[in-house]
Amino acid sequence: MAKEKYIIELRNLTKSFDGVKVVDSINLKIKENEFVTLLGPSGCGKTTTLRMIGGFEEPDEGEILFEGKLLNPVPPYKRNINTVFQRYALFPHMNVFENVAFGLRIKKLPKDEIEERVEKMLRMMDLEKFGKRHVDSLSGGQQQRVAIARALVNEPKVLLLDEPLGALDLKLRKEMQIELLDMQRSVGITFIYVTHDQEEALTMSDTVVVMNEGHIQQVGTPEDIYNEPTNRFVADFIGESNIIEATMLEDRKVMFDGRVFDCVDTGFGTNVPVDVVIRPEDLQIVTDPEKGMIRGTVTSVVFKGVHYEMLIENEYREYMVHSTLMFPEETQVGMNVQPFDIHVMKKEGYG
Amino acid sequence: MKRMRILAYPYSVWMAIFIVVPLILVFLYSFTEGDIRNLAQLKFSTRSYERVSEPIYLKVIVNSFILATLSTLFCLALGYPVAMIVARANPKVRSMLLMFLIVPMWMNFLLRTYAWMSILSPNGFLNRLLEFFGLPRLEIMPGKTAVLLGMIYNFLPFMILPIYTVLSKIDKQYLEAASDLGANKTRTFFKIILPLSIPGVVSGITMVFLPAVSTFVISGLLGGGKTPLIGDLIEQQFMWEGNWHFGSSLSIILMVMILISMAIMSRIDRDGKQDENGHAKA
Repeated sequence: MAKEKYIIELRNLTKSFDGVKVVDSINLKIKENEFVTLLGPSGCGKTTTLRMIGGFEEPDEGEILFEGKLLNPVPPYKRNINTVFQRYALFPHMNVFENVAFGLRIKKLPKDEIEERVEKMLRMMDLEKFGKRHVDSLSGGQQQRVAIARALVNEPKVLLLDEPLGALDLKLRKEMQIELLDMQRSVGITFIYVTHDQEEALTMSDTVVVMNEGHIQQVGTPEDIYNEPTNRFVADFIGESNIIEATMLEDRKVMFDGRVFDCVDTGFGTNVPVDVVIRPEDLQIVTDPEKGMIRGTVTSVVFKGVHYEMLIENEYREYMVHSTLMFPEETQVGMNVQPFDIHVMKKEGYG
Repeated sequence: MKRMRILAYPYSVWMAIFIVVPLILVFLYSFTEGDIRNLAQLKFSTRSYERVSEPIYLKVIVNSFILATLSTLFCLALGYPVAMIVARANPKVRSMLLMFLIVPMWMNFLLRTYAWMSILSPNGFLNRLLEFFGLPRLEIMPGKTAVLLGMIYNFLPFMILPIYTVLSKIDKQYLEAASDLGANKTRTFFKIILPLSIPGVVSGITMVFLPAVSTFVISGLLGGGKTPLIGDLIEQQFMWEGNWHFGSSLSIILMVMILISMAIMSRIDRDGKQDENGHAKA
């Protein structure tokens, strides 16, 4: 394959507020037409990173490259990047049409071209009837679409989205996630998306960048991030998981809860303390405790719709298990786990 | 909520006694002639209104409006940039600047005007300063220029404060969004900041124009009686001439003119919003 083209590159990007490093030496390469999500808890530096790319915050150190050229000294109004703001920031003194037309009017395009492009964008967003409406009279979902239309009509090379679905209810969120994804595919623009919602990140992204306390924890496809978290933080943040302190005896052999388990991980060395992740849905419950690798007692059962969430306690710890079968409290059960469902991670202090 | 209404009764009574009744009396006097102490024998007459239309008095009214309009325009031109500087300053500097604006208002209005007299008078501070540098003397007091300066000085804070309040409430995200969409600072100002600050400008204009058009102390002290304003004329009729009928008609005329100006201003303010609301119903 040919050498991949990066549209945005962050090099040692650092930013402090009041002496606290919010973003600490971040390095990241973003490909053209990629849907990249910066994911992390609030205060992890994801929004600050986005704002530096947009030009609203100046980095203390490090470089931002846009198509290989240094972007740092370029003011936001000269960057070929547009932003969908968290609270949309629609201009309250303009109607929907004028909001969307703003960027084109600034560029002093001919009147009929502006009209044509805005109309087209409004049609694409299902907003053609709302052109003359005042922005305050729109619902949250409609305002959100206006904000996206206002950014996309300028045909930017990169679209920055700062938790754009945060203010919407769950059902609308799910719909908009799919709409946004379709849109990104059809317009072929690089999306850099910020969210704290791990499910949203996994659903939409080509690449997920997990951040915590100003550092990038892991970069990878949603599958990688979910299945092969590199550390406790990522495992804990992405979905529910059982994180177990264990000892890697040798390649493909890991010991915890007083017994040796087969696994597929290699290269950790011998007799090394490690963390093991087992997703709740990867533990299979068997009624006969003797037939399970791990034995325990059910201590709590919660119905979650598709599955039951059970807590099963043994002498070492408590396991969270998701199963479509229900085992009442106080039942003695056994649990089995497949070797490839045991994910071994290097032990490292976080948080 | 309903119970709280009772708290408004004292004010209603106050309003009735000290606002409604006097207004009715002023209206009554303006359309009558005769002994003002004996309401029963007052006769209907439009003579005081006819007197208002005499050239000498019309000139006073026109003068008042020109001076009030000028001082409002100067206050706007000086006040808007100041309001912007204050709104953009960091919190510490901002509260200091606001103090500078507000502290002079703690001093009596008359005292401040006397201070201007001692600066502007023929042998005042300004002329001595000019002399010191070998520059020609300025004969601006008594005169219109001195009155205008006094008005601008006294009413400037009333322009700055409402504009500052509106400017400081404009969400920074709008400015970032404008910049994101390609607008530089100048265009962001004209397309976003200025239109969003119109309500502040309108209330600033109202708060300066109304006292400016009816002022009488400033013109008396700094104008030396050479350029009487409508306020001076009214004072004269009530205090010295004892012609309450003429004074009342002048007051009514002033009131009507102020009401008209206010109606125009609120129309401008509403138009700004109606542009969107009107469309919203479409």
